Amino acid sequence: MRFSIYRYDPEKDSKPYMQELELENTSDDMMLLGALLELKKQDESLSFRRSCQEGVCGSDSMNINGRNGLACITPLSELKEPITLRPLPGLPVVRDLIVDMTQFYQQYRSVKPYLIVHDPEPEVERKQTPEQRDKLDGLYECILCGCCSTSCPSFWWNPDKFLGPAALLQAWRFLADSRDQAEEERLKNLEGPYRLFRCHTIMSCVDVCPKGLNPTSAIGNIKNLMIKRSI
Amino acid sequence: MTIKIRKFDTLIIGAGGGGLRAALQLARADAKVAVVSKVFPTRSHTVAAQGGLNAALANVSPDNWHFHMFDTVKGSDYLGDQDAIEYMCRSAPKVVYELDHFGVPFSRREDGNIYQRAFGGQSQDYGGEQASRTCAAADRTGHAILHTLYQQNIAAKTHFFDEYFAIDLIKDEEGYILGAIALEIETGEPIIIEAKTTLIATGGAGQLFRTCTNALINTGDGMAMALRAGIPLQDMEFFQFHPTGIAGKGMLITEGVRGEGGYLVNVDGERFMERYAPRAKDLASRDIVSRAIAIEIREGRGCGPDKDHVFLKVDHIGADIIKKRLPGIRDLAMTFAHIDPIESAIPVYPTAHYTMGGIPTNRQGQVVVPEMEGPEEPVPGLYAAGECACVSVHGANRLGGNSLLDILVFGRAAANHIISHLEANRYHRQMDMDSVEKSLTRLARWDKKGEGESVPELRTEFRKVMEDHCGVFREHSVLEKGLEKVKVLRQRLQNARLKDHSKIFNTARIEAMELENLMDVGIATVASALARTESRGAHSRMDYTERDDTNWLKHSLYFESGRLDYKPVRLKPITVDPFPLKPRVY
Repeated sequence: MRFSIYRYDPEKDSKPYMQELELENTSDDMMLLGALLELKKQDESLSFRRSCQEGVCGSDSMNINGRNGLACITPLSELKEPITLRPLPGLPVVRDLIVDMTQFYQQYRSVKPYLIVHDPEPEVERKQTPEQRDKLDGLYECILCGCCSTSCPSFWWNPDKFLGPAALLQAWRFLADSRDQAEEERLKNLEGPYRLFRCHTIMSCVDVCPKGLNPTSAIGNIKNLMIKRSI
Repeated sequence: MTIKIRKFDTLIIGAGGGGLRAALQLARADAKVAVVSKVFPTRSHTVAAQGGLNAALANVSPDNWHFHMFDTVKGSDYLGDQDAIEYMCRSAPKVVYELDHFGVPFSRREDGNIYQRAFGGQSQDYGGEQASRTCAAADRTGHAILHTLYQQNIAAKTHFFDEYFAIDLIKDEEGYILGAIALEIETGEPIIIEAKTTLIATGGAGQLFRTCTNALINTGDGMAMALRAGIPLQDMEFFQFHPTGIAGKGMLITEGVRGEGGYLVNVDGERFMERYAPRAKDLASRDIVSRAIAIEIREGRGCGPDKDHVFLKVDHIGADIIKKRLPGIRDLAMTFAHIDPIESAIPVYPTAHYTMGGIPTNRQGQVVVPEMEGPEEPVPGLYAAGECACVSVHGANRLGGNSLLDILVFGRAAANHIISHLEANRYHRQMDMDSVEKSLTRLARWDKKGEGESVPELRTEFRKVMEDHCGVFREHSVLEKGLEKVKVLRQRLQNARLKDHSKIFNTARIEAMELENLMDVGIATVASALARTESRGAHSRMDYTERDDTNWLKHSLYFESGRLDYKPVRLKPITVDPFPLKPRVY
C-alpha cells in the first residue's frame, strides 16, 4: 500500500516535505493507525500521537486524504492510494503529524466548560429526569480531538477570536444541563461579533466529527436561546 | 548542565481519574499542585472505562455498603485488605454524589436518581440476589468522569504539565521523596519538579500482554519508577483477564452488556456459564468467567472456523436498550468486529485488562514498605493511588465497577492525607542532585548512536513471551522459562539503540523508556507468579489448582533485585466484624 506523508522535523528540515512510503502485508481489516504503527517500525522517526486505538481518547486526529479523522477508526480499505496524511490544518506543526493544540485548548477553557451551581450541595444527587438528561446526549461525548475546529474555515482565519465548533459544543453542553445555574453568565461570555457569531454554518464540523456529533446544531441552539432571552 | 526547576507543594504524576480527583481536592484546599502527564489529560486511559462504578446508593435494588463490602472481599478471593475495602465501600456513595455535583452526566431513572446497572459479582444480602449497584453514564462512564474532573480542575486552576514524561522519582539519602525529574516531550528538555509530596497515579501495565484492552500508554511507568526507587511491587502475579475483549483485536466489551441481559454462548449455542456458576451465571466474577471461556475453547466448543472464541449475545434485549444503554459498544462492535449487536452476537475472548498489583499503600494512599519497625512503614513524601497502587482493595481479582471507584476514593483519600502532611511540613527539603544525575544518565543512554537492537522488535517479542508464559492458566515450567526469557530480553534492551536522535517530540525515545518500564514490571509479574504455588483469583496454576490459605494468605512483595518478601493480609476491617474465609462459589 502506498502512502504520502507530511514530514517535518524543525531540527533538521528547513521546510516540510511529503514522503512517499510503501507498506507491504497490510491486512483487510487493518485500521490506518495499525498501518502507521507498522510504518513507524520501519522508520522510528515518523512521529504522531496515539493512545487508545479505539476512538475514545482523541489523540490520533489527522488529515487523511484531505479530510480530518481519527487514524484508529479509519479502515485502510476505505482509503484511496496513495493515502495522503497531513497534520490537522490551521494549527502550528510541531513535528510530522503532531500539531500544537494550545490555541484549541485555550478556546475550550474559555467557555468555562464546567458545571456552575450556586445553590448549596444536597447530600445526595441532584435530580435530573431522563428527558433532561437526554439533552446532553450528542454533547458530552466530545473527545477533544480537534477534527471539527481544524476543518472550520472560520476557525482557520480567526483561531484566537472565534471559539470554534468544539468549544461551542461544550458551551451548549453546559447551557443544556438542567443542573447548571449560569445561563446568563455563559451567554454573555459568547457575545460579540467573533466568539460565537463567526460561525457561518458551513457545517464542515458536522461532516468530519468522528463521533457523529453536531456542533452546528449546538451553535444554532445557543443562538436561539440568545434570541429567546432578548425578547 | 543547568536544568530547569519548578517548585510545588504537591506533584501528581498521571492525569487519569485518580490523579485528577486528587488534584481537584488539593487545588480546592489551596495547595499549589502540579499534574504531570505524558498525554493531554483527557487522553488518559480512564477515558476508556465503560460500564460504571459501584456504590450502594440503593436506587434500583435494596442495598448498603456492607453487601458491597462482602462482594468485594469475596471477589478478591480473600486477598483484599478488609480495612481498605470497608473504607472504599463506605465512601462510595459520597464519592458518586460528588461526581454528580461536579457535573458527571450520569444516566437517570424515572425518579431523577442516578441509573444503576447489574454487574459481575454483585449481590444483595451477602451472596443473595443479583444487585444493581453500578452507577453508569450509558457505556461511557470513564469518559464522562475523566472529562468532568479535568473540567473541574480548569475551574480550580490546577497547574498542568501536559505531554511531560516522568522519568524518575528524586529521593534523598534519608529516603525522602523530593519530587520527580521529567522530560518535556515537545522540546526534549529535562525538568526537575520539586515537591513536598509526590503522588504516583500512572495507571496500569496492560501493555505487558500482546492482546489487551489497554491503551498504548499503559506501560506501568509509575510502578517501574517505584521499583527503581527501592520500593517493592505488591501482588503483581494477579493480572485480570477480562472475559469479553473483541476476539483477535482486544477492544473491551463492557461487563455492562451482560449486566443489561446479554449472555455468552459456545458453538452449540449453549449458555455454558450455567455450568460454571449456577447462580450468578454470566455475572460471576471476571476470573471465573474468563477461565470458563478458556476451558470451553480448549475443550473444542469454541466458535468460528478456528474455534477460537465464544459469542456474546445481546440482540434479544432489543434495539432501544442497546442504543440507549450501550451505544459505545455498538460503535466498537460495528467498527472492529463488523457486526451490529442489535442483529448478531459479538465474538469475544478473555483479554489482558487490569493490574491488580502495584505500589503498596495504606488506605490513606501513603506508599508503605517493610522496614525495621514493621511491614508497612510509610515512605516519607510519597503517595500512590489507582491502578498503579495496591491498597489492596482488589486482592486476587477485581470486581467490575470497582476500579473507577478505587481511583476516586483513594485519589481523594491521598489528597486529604497530603493536605494534613503539608500543614505539618511547610518547607521543601534540600534537593539531592546525585539522585537527579542518576536519572539523567539513564536518559542520556538513549542518545548513544551506532548499531544495536531495535526497540519495537524487542517490544513485540516481550509481549508475546508474557502472553505465552503468564496468561490465564499458568504452571511452573512455563513460568520458569518465561522468567528466563524476559530477563534475557531486558538484557538485550540494554544493547538497543535509537536511530531518531531529534530532541523535538521524539516518540521513539519515549517508547524506549516505556519499554524499560514495562519489562521491569513484567519481570516482577512473572517472578511473583512463579513463586505463588496456589490458585487464587486471577492467578490460576494448573499444577496447584486449589487456594492454599495455610501457606498463601499473604501479599507478595517483589524488589528490583529479584528478592521476594511477603506480608500478612489485613483481615480486620475498621469497624465491622471480619468476613471469614470461605470457598468461593457463584
